[in-house]
Amino acid sequence: MQNLVFILPEIFLFIVATVLLVTGLFLKNIKLINLLTIFSLLVVVILILNQPFQSAFLNSFVVDEFSLVLKIMILIGSIASLIMFVSSKDDLNINIYEFPILIIFSTIGMMVMVSANDLLAMFIGLELQSLSLYVLAALNRNSLLSSEAGIKYFILGALSSGLLLFGISYIYGFSGNTNFNLIAVNINPESLGLIIGIVFVLAGLAFKVSAVPFHMWTPDVYQGAPTPITGFFALAPKIAAMGLLVRFLFNSFGEIYIDWQQIILFISIASMMLAAFAAIAQTNLKRLMAYSSIGHIGYALIGVACFTDEGLRSLLIYLMIYLIMNIAVFAFLLSLKRNDGYFESISDLSGMHKNHPLRTMLIALIMFSLAGIPPLAGFFGKFYIFVAAIESEMLFLAIIGVIASVISAFYYLRIVKIMYFDEPKEEFDGSSIKSLNLLYYPSSILIIIFFIYPSPVINISEYAIQSII
Amino acid sequence: MSEIPILSILIFIPVVGIFFMLLIRNNDDQSSQNLKHTALWITFLNFIISLSLLFSFDLNNPDFQFVEKYAWIESGISYHLGIDGVSILFVILTTMLVPICILASYESIKFSVKEYLISFLALETFMIGVFCSLDLVLFYLFFEGGLIPMFLIIGIWGGERRVYSTFKFFLYTLAGSVFMLLAIIYIFISTGTTDVETLLVYNFTTNEQLILWIAFFTSFMVKIPMWPFHTWLPDAHVEAPTAGSVILAGVLLKMAGYGFIRFSIGFFPDASEFFAPFIFSLSVIAIIVTSLIALVQEDMKKLIAYSSVAHMGFVTLGIFTFTVQGIEGGIIQMISHGIVSAALFLCVGVVYDRLHTREIARYGGLVSKMPFYSFSFMIFILASLGLPGTSGFVGEFLVLLSIFTVNTYFAIFATTGVVLAATYSLWLYRRIIFGALIKDDLSEMFDLTRREIIIFLPLIILTVFIGLYPKPIINIIEPSTEKIVNQIKMKLD
Repeated sequence: MQNLVFILPEIFLFIVATVLLVTGLFLKNIKLINLLTIFSLLVVVILILNQPFQSAFLNSFVVDEFSLVLKIMILIGSIASLIMFVSSKDDLNINIYEFPILIIFSTIGMMVMVSANDLLAMFIGLELQSLSLYVLAALNRNSLLSSEAGIKYFILGALSSGLLLFGISYIYGFSGNTNFNLIAVNINPESLGLIIGIVFVLAGLAFKVSAVPFHMWTPDVYQGAPTPITGFFALAPKIAAMGLLVRFLFNSFGEIYIDWQQIILFISIASMMLAAFAAIAQTNLKRLMAYSSIGHIGYALIGVACFTDEGLRSLLIYLMIYLIMNIAVFAFLLSLKRNDGYFESISDLSGMHKNHPLRTMLIALIMFSLAGIPPLAGFFGKFYIFVAAIESEMLFLAIIGVIASVISAFYYLRIVKIMYFDEPKEEFDGSSIKSLNLLYYPSSILIIIFFIYPSPVINISEYAIQSII
Repeated sequence: MSEIPILSILIFIPVVGIFFMLLIRNNDDQSSQNLKHTALWITFLNFIISLSLLFSFDLNNPDFQFVEKYAWIESGISYHLGIDGVSILFVILTTMLVPICILASYESIKFSVKEYLISFLALETFMIGVFCSLDLVLFYLFFEGGLIPMFLIIGIWGGERRVYSTFKFFLYTLAGSVFMLLAIIYIFISTGTTDVETLLVYNFTTNEQLILWIAFFTSFMVKIPMWPFHTWLPDAHVEAPTAGSVILAGVLLKMAGYGFIRFSIGFFPDASEFFAPFIFSLSVIAIIVTSLIALVQEDMKKLIAYSSVAHMGFVTLGIFTFTVQGIEGGIIQMISHGIVSAALFLCVGVVYDRLHTREIARYGGLVSKMPFYSFSFMIFILASLGLPGTSGFVGEFLVLLSIFTVNTYFAIFATTGVVLAATYSLWLYRRIIFGALIKDDLSEMFDLTRREIIIFLPLIILTVFIGLYPKPIINIIEPSTEKIVNQIKMKLD
């Protein structure tokens, strides 16, 4: 019974989800369900903030500073995508009350993921999260693309879960434990089987964070899924999987970091470079954002590869800034529509500064921020990542990082170019969707004024990492 | 000393101005006129405030003045501002040129006026910030931040090949600068601070110096620009609107020269000494090669752009002699070039506004229709080729003087550049202004309007004043330059 207190937020969310699922059958008011969901997620934020730090269930579930910060970031991401959902559900043909409920289930999964301190808890969280995401991707039942995205995501996701489970069994077999801390105690650095296990688990996790070479699903799923769901994919699951990756590697395999460091280095470099080049040729905005997020994950992984306090801190700073920037981008994507629906092609943005000067200016600034141009927030994310890399004497990594960021500047600039330099097309509808203003104005203002007072983000990251190292 | 944070005020007045501008509607001619007036008054106010720097500046104090320091990102990286004799003139140059640019855009910018003016105000913030910041991260922030408004200025209001040019400009300079970022991070990690004042007395090991110097050099070399990485400059100049060219030539190039003085030779004297012959060679090549290229240009702006590269060659020559004369010469050359090349681009803008072409062959015999214009153009052409009595002479003379004491061969080659400069400048002038007015469309040309005279007058006065009586300028620069040179000598021994 004592243990249940520590998963109170998760239990609360679960009850909310079940109740809403049943009431949703009778109550046809999706807006109300959505509002209730947002409200209960806010309640969970309060619950989490008041939770005592402790581990439960034989130390397989920990509540600490790290999980607290990541959970709040995940909840912010979930709330943002719910707001995106309510503003676009009618136009996108996803007027389905299961959406908020699936988001809740997936959020529970992610909250378990970042608290998991045991291979099994980790798998349970991961699967709960993934299964909800598969359904979400295919939510638009009438759209071929959406169904394709769902199936593709499901098949590849199932494969990666299989790999992950295979790796877990190896680790269990060669260390005799499933608990991260106990694995760390009983580790045998010579054991080849353990390394094989780590490789498979990393492959599975790399799939979840969509790092190269396990990124293939990302562009298709991003493009196929309805935009609020794409936004959700870009926001919360990445953060959760990253948190899980950190806890898995740092808590149980900190001692043999030499072995896994190379793997992370490789996928980090591959993600940065591939994303930088592949994004150049994209014509679809959501596909472009998919490659952009692959690239950003590559940068974030530098922070993991460093295996230092500084690296972990930079990772968290990066993820926070990534979260803000992506909320802004997807909110803007949804705010731009014409009578005949949403557009997705980059060329549709053409010349929009003539008709929507303020919004264009903000989007342009977000693009510069994604490219890491000072003085915008994105620059500081990269700055700390490079500080961490150079401090760990991985100068080559920093050099590759800056080269990739110059190359990727090109495709972000291309969007600015199309918005500003090209001939205007039709006007978009006015910003009729008030709820989206809640997302993009605060987030873009945060991006712009971040440099004036960056300390809160840095302090939060320092607070979060103290429980890991 | 007064307690007013005057440098922060200078930096942030344009930002406040941007907020004002955002509130003004922009839907008809009247409101866009209002926008222009607002921007003009904001920048003019900034200019007046910057003049007050001159009055309260202590001429005998070689250290940083008007210092402000607040905790910023974390320990070691602070919001640290301050100016000394080296930077004060650049700040005033910036605040002077921006209102001139806005005034020069009154007629030529027809659409998206609001964004244009906001870009200029943002650019002013970044430019002043570069010259005032005494923290490397802060410096980098301003140095790179300026790319965003400049990218938009060239890209939106530029000429036909503007997209190509602005991408080239942005990516070239970004690629150069990221290595400086890594160097800054390295400095931060190995010394624990990015504070310029602390680092100026810090001794890096020779190996560190060599690598860090190269990293800083890649950034400044692209920005100043030095041969062979100058190719973005003519493209950017040709396609940029007149005011964009003015700011580019007048201030943006000087950021790199300033960086050389403050950081390259200040932090890494051993490396600078080691690489000095290399810099001299590049500079001399730049002076001769780009002067020759300038001779064959068909496009007025391109010709002036190439001449800018040549003039910047003199600057780097002077800086890396490590003598008081050389560095002073470099600074004066930069200030003078900031005024003269800006004025030359404005001159091109005047005829471009009337005939909408920059092709030299389309002009000829303008003197009969535009006497005032011909007179102003002549003053700037003469200053550009370094005629005694104009500002161009002072800088070039000091640089040549100092380079003679260091290495005669380089001096001889550099001097040929002066001859070449006279050739291409005078030939340009002859082709545009003199000769008979035979081309039909030129008969419609009219002389300078009142607005244009207001633009040119201060520039003419300054050019002649600095040329005839450079003493006040040298008085401002000298103490700080001496301090820099002494510091280098101390570190080298």
